[in-house]
Amino acid sequence: MRYLPKSPAERQEMLAAIGVQSVEELFSSIPEAYRLKKPLNLPGPLSEPEVIAYFRARAAENSVGYTSFLGAGVYNHLSSVITDTVLQRGEFLTSYTPYQAEISQGTLQAIFEFQTLMCQLTGQEVANASMYDGSTATTEAVLMAERLTGKRRVLVARSLHPEYREVLKTYAKNSGLSVEEIAYTAAGTVDAKGLQSALRGDVCAVVVQSPNFFGAMESLGPLAEAAHTSGALLVTAITEGVSLGVMKPPAEADIVAMEAQSFGLAPSYGGPFAGVIAAKEKFVRQMPGRLAGQTVDLDGRRGFVLTLATREQHIRREKATSNICTNQALCALAATVHLTLLGKEGLREMAEQNLAKAQFALKELQTIPGVKRTFAAPFFDEFVVELPRSVKMVNAELLKEKIIGPFVLGSAYPELTKHALVCVTETTTRAEIERMVAAVKRALEQPL
Amino acid sequence: MNDNIKKVLRHPTQSEGLIFEKSSPGKRAFDLPPLDVPAVDAAKALGEFHRRGGVEGFPEVSEIEVLRHFTRLSTWNYAIDLGMYPLGSCTMKYNPRVNEFVARLAGLATEHPYQPQELSQGCLKILQLLEKCLLEITGMDAVTLQPAAGAQGELTGILLIRAHHEKLGNPRKTVLIPDSAHGTNPATAIIAGYQVQNIKSSDEGQIDIAHLEEQVTGDVAALMLTNPSTLGIFEQRIAEIANVLHAKGALLYMDGANMNALTGVTRPGDLGVDVMHLNLHKTFSTPHGGGGPGAGPVATKKILEPYLPVPVLVEKEGGRLALDYHRKESIGRVRAFGGNFGVLVRALAYILAYGPGVRQATEDAVLNANYIRKHLEGVFDLPYTRPSMHEVVFSDALQKKHGVNTMDIAKRLIDYGFHPYTTAFPLIVPGALMIEPTESESKEECDLFIDAMKSIAREAESNPEVVKTAPHTTRVRRLDEVGAARKPVLRWKPSGKKSEAGD
Repeated sequence: MRYLPKSPAERQEMLAAIGVQSVEELFSSIPEAYRLKKPLNLPGPLSEPEVIAYFRARAAENSVGYTSFLGAGVYNHLSSVITDTVLQRGEFLTSYTPYQAEISQGTLQAIFEFQTLMCQLTGQEVANASMYDGSTATTEAVLMAERLTGKRRVLVARSLHPEYREVLKTYAKNSGLSVEEIAYTAAGTVDAKGLQSALRGDVCAVVVQSPNFFGAMESLGPLAEAAHTSGALLVTAITEGVSLGVMKPPAEADIVAMEAQSFGLAPSYGGPFAGVIAAKEKFVRQMPGRLAGQTVDLDGRRGFVLTLATREQHIRREKATSNICTNQALCALAATVHLTLLGKEGLREMAEQNLAKAQFALKELQTIPGVKRTFAAPFFDEFVVELPRSVKMVNAELLKEKIIGPFVLGSAYPELTKHALVCVTETTTRAEIERMVAAVKRALEQPL
Repeated sequence: MNDNIKKVLRHPTQSEGLIFEKSSPGKRAFDLPPLDVPAVDAAKALGEFHRRGGVEGFPEVSEIEVLRHFTRLSTWNYAIDLGMYPLGSCTMKYNPRVNEFVARLAGLATEHPYQPQELSQGCLKILQLLEKCLLEITGMDAVTLQPAAGAQGELTGILLIRAHHEKLGNPRKTVLIPDSAHGTNPATAIIAGYQVQNIKSSDEGQIDIAHLEEQVTGDVAALMLTNPSTLGIFEQRIAEIANVLHAKGALLYMDGANMNALTGVTRPGDLGVDVMHLNLHKTFSTPHGGGGPGAGPVATKKILEPYLPVPVLVEKEGGRLALDYHRKESIGRVRAFGGNFGVLVRALAYILAYGPGVRQATEDAVLNANYIRKHLEGVFDLPYTRPSMHEVVFSDALQKKHGVNTMDIAKRLIDYGFHPYTTAFPLIVPGALMIEPTESESKEECDLFIDAMKSIAREAESNPEVVKTAPHTTRVRRLDEVGAARKPVLRWKPSGKKSEAGD
């Protein structure tokens, strides 16, 4: 086998050195009755060209050649070949968690730069080295708020990503947390009055997303004030990070939970991505996940180490802030390289292009009779329109023209039966937008 | 500098500051295609939400500077690609590059989790084949690929157990965890709403069955067992342990972190295990990437299948695959979307490359561990003498006499060109040296490692100072961790003056 570096003679030599006749003897501690008598029934072995051929064949069964208007938590953005060039450096790809700081300075400094970039983006004071994804980061942010406040009620905006809410419920069920949902207004934003009346002294966290699942931007200032007045913390989730290139940072939030997929990570059918928790510095000791910190070596040279580890499971076991161990380090590195490449101007320009393309797409869609914008709040690269017919039906027509239509909101919001969540990023060309709009128009003109 | 250091020579590495310190306004490293729709006045479109002038403090550098920056940083890391990485319990094996190649294919990396399922049949077939392979390897009945890492797999598994007990009318209160377990086990049990009760290992590093029988009451939901244990020892009476638990209605959870010792040789499902997780970034070779991403699929027996997280992969008429989101008894989701798909692709590529021959990998892993044990036994103290599987745990008891501890030996190993083994774990071995070579090491690399360890043992006697102050050949020497924790500096801030010390 090409991955194994031993000849039969070397194996024999090593067995002899150990003092056993056969490799079977090395497994003598497994009771005979439980040892497999025949080989596993697995496909293979495949040569490298055969492995590639298998996956090429599967890729061909997917959506190659289609144009997509899906967002809803996973976004298509441009990225440079430099990002993947760096990622494929074996020194980054094939290294472990940087516990041995002296031979992990590359990873540690990169994490420190990642933490800095995340703070700059979010307007927060500290950020961790990554969580699994945006959904688990949001959940862990709530658990963090619970530890900080000692309270058990959670108020979650219905305009938070539906799957993020599901994850929160899975975790909350056994942590003694009660989760209640807060409605959205006709503008598509959190119902501040409803929130106000639900806020009593027993709430640990108010959770909102901005831009929210409908693409609408939330005014965080008043929400933070309302939360703080009742002794709760404001947790803000961000699923579309590129928005921060042109949007005010969620500085009013106490804890920000962000999905970093938009920063150079491929959609990859849902993962791997990278979650981030950023927060006020005074909350750092209740933060989950790894943190890299700056320090000096014996000679006074600057270096970096993993720090504040007494929060973590390998030290604190059942008293840890979270059970997270393996995180999404390489994805965080991708985001670091990507954002460094974009830089201040590149990210701003990318964000402005998203804004312009989404505005253009909305305007074009609104030229179709019966197509209406649903929510009035400002949006970034996603918006909701109501169609005169079912979105599923329209999408089925679009598919015939190799267009993957917008997200069908009715599946997660039964009251939004004819509503579509349209996503347009800088990767979508004007021609593609126009082709989609024409196809929607044709679909709506078809006799029922 | 030392004739016994055979694997490495010194060579200079480049100095490199933080990227923020290289920034200068007006430079950029990425150009976008020109905007092909009318520009929008962002301030007008966004009103109060507008951020003026882009992100304050973001770097402004050129492409060559970015590439050099990260390439220079990369050279400060040790990696499997450079040599043996014997971290016990971490299974740092070769990460085949074809796996990286296929995970990036257009049609796989480009797919959106919400695209129509009829346009995702390729993705779903990959998931289905991986599920089948993992079921064959573990001997279990059902599997979820959703958990993002081992610890999330543990949580998923314990939540399945909880759902099972709740269905029977009582979730129970306690999860039993051996004192040799990974820290994730107790942390997980707490999040799942259980209390943790530790069980002491016997003098032989095994579970004491008589003692266990006393501890398993009607309040016990499950036992979380790592097998082989973190001592690298197979839990010989695991089937009896399962019986003790099952007799009281409790279930057996197996932490699959050490599955590299068992694959193709025995199957947890045949040993009485009810539910387990696998670490695809250990046993199935997906890269650790400096700490992640991983994937922690959970395999279960039939009784727990109704509770699996949604969505569940199902086969419809005519072989069409679909995701079923509507499962009444499901524990819910543990993360958004399907899972770390890109990691799952790599793991399947690994399994396909080996096929049934994956047993050879297991045999070589165990061979390497025993070869190293044979040569270092006596040089280092071996506190538990039962047969080793894929890893061997020594202690620093012999070197302690000279004031040298496991961390010192580990740091000195860096000078010899190796990544350290796992230090100070498992907790039941004071001063542990936990060594897992994996199957990826040649006899030559193992011999070099053995020579290095023997040489360091001699140094501990003849010149303990050189060990205690190691490493001597790295860019930075031992770092002030206490200072880092006391006054945390967790991000760069503009200082007004240019970079410190030119590093």
